[in-house]
Amino acid sequence: MAKTDKKTAQPVQPAKPSGLFEYAPAPESPAAAGEIATSYGHFIGGRFVDSSGSEALKTVNPATEQVLAEFAQGTEEDVDRAVAAARKAFAGWSSLPGSERAKYLFRIARIVQERSRELAVLESIDNGKPIRETRDVDLPLVAAHFFYYAGWADKLDFAGFGPNPRPLGVAAQVIPWNFPLLMLAWKVAPALATGNTVVLKPAETTPLTALRFAEICRQAGLPDGVVNIVTGDGRTGAALTAHPDVNKVAFTGSTPVGRAIAKQIAGTRKKLSLELGGKAANIVFDDAPLDQAVEGIVNGIFFNQGHVCCAGSRLLVQESIQDELLDALKRRMGTLRVGDPLDKNTDIGAINSAAQLARITELAAAGEQEGAERWAPECELPGAGYWFRPTLFTGVSQAHRIAREEIFGPVLSVLTFRTPAEAVEKANNTPFGLSAGIWTEKGSRILWMANRLRAGVVWANTFNKFDPTSPFGGYKESGYGREGGRHGLEPYLNVEALDV
Amino acid sequence: MSTLAANAPGAPGGGLADVAASEATLRRFLHGLPGVDQVGLEARAATLGTRSIKTTAKAFAIDLAISMIDLTTLEGADTVGKVRSLCAKGLNPDPTDRTAPQVAAICVYPDMVETAKTALRGSDIQVASVATAFPSGRAGMPVKLADTAEAVAAGADEIDMVIDRGAFLSGRYLEVFEEIRAVKEACRRPDGSSAHLKVIFETGELQTYDNVRRASWLAMIAGADFIKTSTGKVAVNATPPVTLLMLEAVRDFRAATGTQVGVKPAGGIRTTKDAMKYLVMVNETLGDDWLSPHWFRFGASSLLNDLLMQRQKLRTGRYSGPDYVTVD
Repeated sequence: MAKTDKKTAQPVQPAKPSGLFEYAPAPESPAAAGEIATSYGHFIGGRFVDSSGSEALKTVNPATEQVLAEFAQGTEEDVDRAVAAARKAFAGWSSLPGSERAKYLFRIARIVQERSRELAVLESIDNGKPIRETRDVDLPLVAAHFFYYAGWADKLDFAGFGPNPRPLGVAAQVIPWNFPLLMLAWKVAPALATGNTVVLKPAETTPLTALRFAEICRQAGLPDGVVNIVTGDGRTGAALTAHPDVNKVAFTGSTPVGRAIAKQIAGTRKKLSLELGGKAANIVFDDAPLDQAVEGIVNGIFFNQGHVCCAGSRLLVQESIQDELLDALKRRMGTLRVGDPLDKNTDIGAINSAAQLARITELAAAGEQEGAERWAPECELPGAGYWFRPTLFTGVSQAHRIAREEIFGPVLSVLTFRTPAEAVEKANNTPFGLSAGIWTEKGSRILWMANRLRAGVVWANTFNKFDPTSPFGGYKESGYGREGGRHGLEPYLNVEALDV
Repeated sequence: MSTLAANAPGAPGGGLADVAASEATLRRFLHGLPGVDQVGLEARAATLGTRSIKTTAKAFAIDLAISMIDLTTLEGADTVGKVRSLCAKGLNPDPTDRTAPQVAAICVYPDMVETAKTALRGSDIQVASVATAFPSGRAGMPVKLADTAEAVAAGADEIDMVIDRGAFLSGRYLEVFEEIRAVKEACRRPDGSSAHLKVIFETGELQTYDNVRRASWLAMIAGADFIKTSTGKVAVNATPPVTLLMLEAVRDFRAATGTQVGVKPAGGIRTTKDAMKYLVMVNETLGDDWLSPHWFRFGASSLLNDLLMQRQKLRTGRYSGPDYVTVD
């Protein structure tokens, strides 16, 4: 780790797990995902129904490029039916005592736990993320979110929004493809706990777990129309957020789309929360716990193939430990296992879509053209499917595209700083402000930094840790409104003074 | 750790000898090592613990684990008969399958070294002896050195010493350093060769991960051939995070000095599943260079039978039971 005399020091040897002790394939069974229908309609008013249109989209397994299922491209008419079903259900649902709504949410949480293996495998197949993550991160968090908000349902009077805060009505929710079921949980759980009904549109590359969730709603006996799911691409999403009978719009996704939605609904009475892009700085000081910082950097940018809006995509490292840290980071990256998402030992799965792979490839190429130095460990990539090696860029400056634009892939840009003030300045020098990480053993510095970083989440000596009790959301172009925690109730409540 | 570069390589202690020039320099060095974040270390160990080791990988790992065992009996009730029977077990772990590898060493108290040596004559199995007033280490230096010398004279190939945790915890690092140096000296045989020295930290008593990292560097600079977690005699023995931290220490020590040091977790490792987790940590932290009994050991007694039962299961396809392995 330390730079030492060349005569005795060993070169940095990646501890390749592919030497003596090679792990045999340990595949999770694709059959555990349960039956995937050849084609799906929408889930409206408690029933699966056909689309009013004839256009169908296909969802593929990004690890194999095989088509998994066809699903409906939601039309304006479909959206209208779904919103009408949600409106119809609203009166009954919102007038239930909170303790009764909680029972449904608790039931959903328990069913998610019971069916977690099925859902984890299905998510891996549809999204490309490794089963280790769906099993150990996504699904436990999905259940935790429902459990957490179930607990709030009968305590809204005491949530700090004044007496008797009221639901808004019908919530239109549009979610991304990077954590399909988890983003659904982040949206649906607080909406239902507060007494709203929802129409949710999953992403067009990952609709399957949302459609499976519809089955869970039925299994839990949720009243018809409380949760409606309409599939389709951006056109469906636009029709949904534009619908005049929607009271609340919640969107997680890219900043351009978020901006378009904000424009679209400006001047209406719809309440809006946006969780958009990020370009988080992961800041490592010279007194950091180095081995754990390396793990945190890896987890920050390579978790979920880097398809994380709060990913630590800019590593800001103090110049005095740059070489030492980068040696250790490269050694660690050499042990990352890229491949079959269903293999239990896979660390990095498939890129979600051909389009996303093209964007990552384009930005990485721009990094090289602009003069940054590219490095990636040797690793074999499967033939079919969409793959990208975990990649590191050094010599990156603030002016490079890879330091400014969200790549949303396993690509880390390394920048350096000399003093804490410079670290803050560089970290904040981005239009985004979703998250940041600080690595130091000095507690006072953590607090000093956290007060100055303009980011919705600041992690100290950890990264990409999520918990339903903790509010999550952005500054600046990363959006507004918070999800999670007590704060996550507010976007779904009318907290203005009661009209008398 | 850039201070390391200033030290001339090749000197005793792997080029770090002047680190121990005084209490102050030693303290400054040990306290200058990067800190350990407890949450992060434990999370990493837990993640590595989720690796799924199946079929051929499992067969390889089981045999490797058997060959890394320091099969141990350290009881007041130890007798010549008990030690002989343990040696027989180490030589032929599975009487129904002679392809099962032998263990690495038999680990006993000093007065049983001769018995073990005799029983293992002609084999490659090493005899390891605990020493230095094991397990507490609460005795004067002359007693500790005599304890060590007696074990070496009786033929011990390896000495497992304990550090003075009291001295370490009260910050008298140089005293611990000099003690290890002296015991290392006592490991010398008349013919100039030396018994291998394993230094036991009793990590359950050192408590913090920062202490474990400091103890690791202290022992390696003082000349330890192996660093070992525990005696097996206290409430908390080897754990995956502590062992991972020690693996990182030997990795960094080799990078800094060129000297390779072994690691031995001991106590509480009882199942094949546990052993697999440790081997995965070695594999992904250190790689091939440490995947041999020369550089990694398990201090264990009941682990062997569980490995043998899993081995039988892999070979025959049927689950084995405790009556199909020998109790020694």
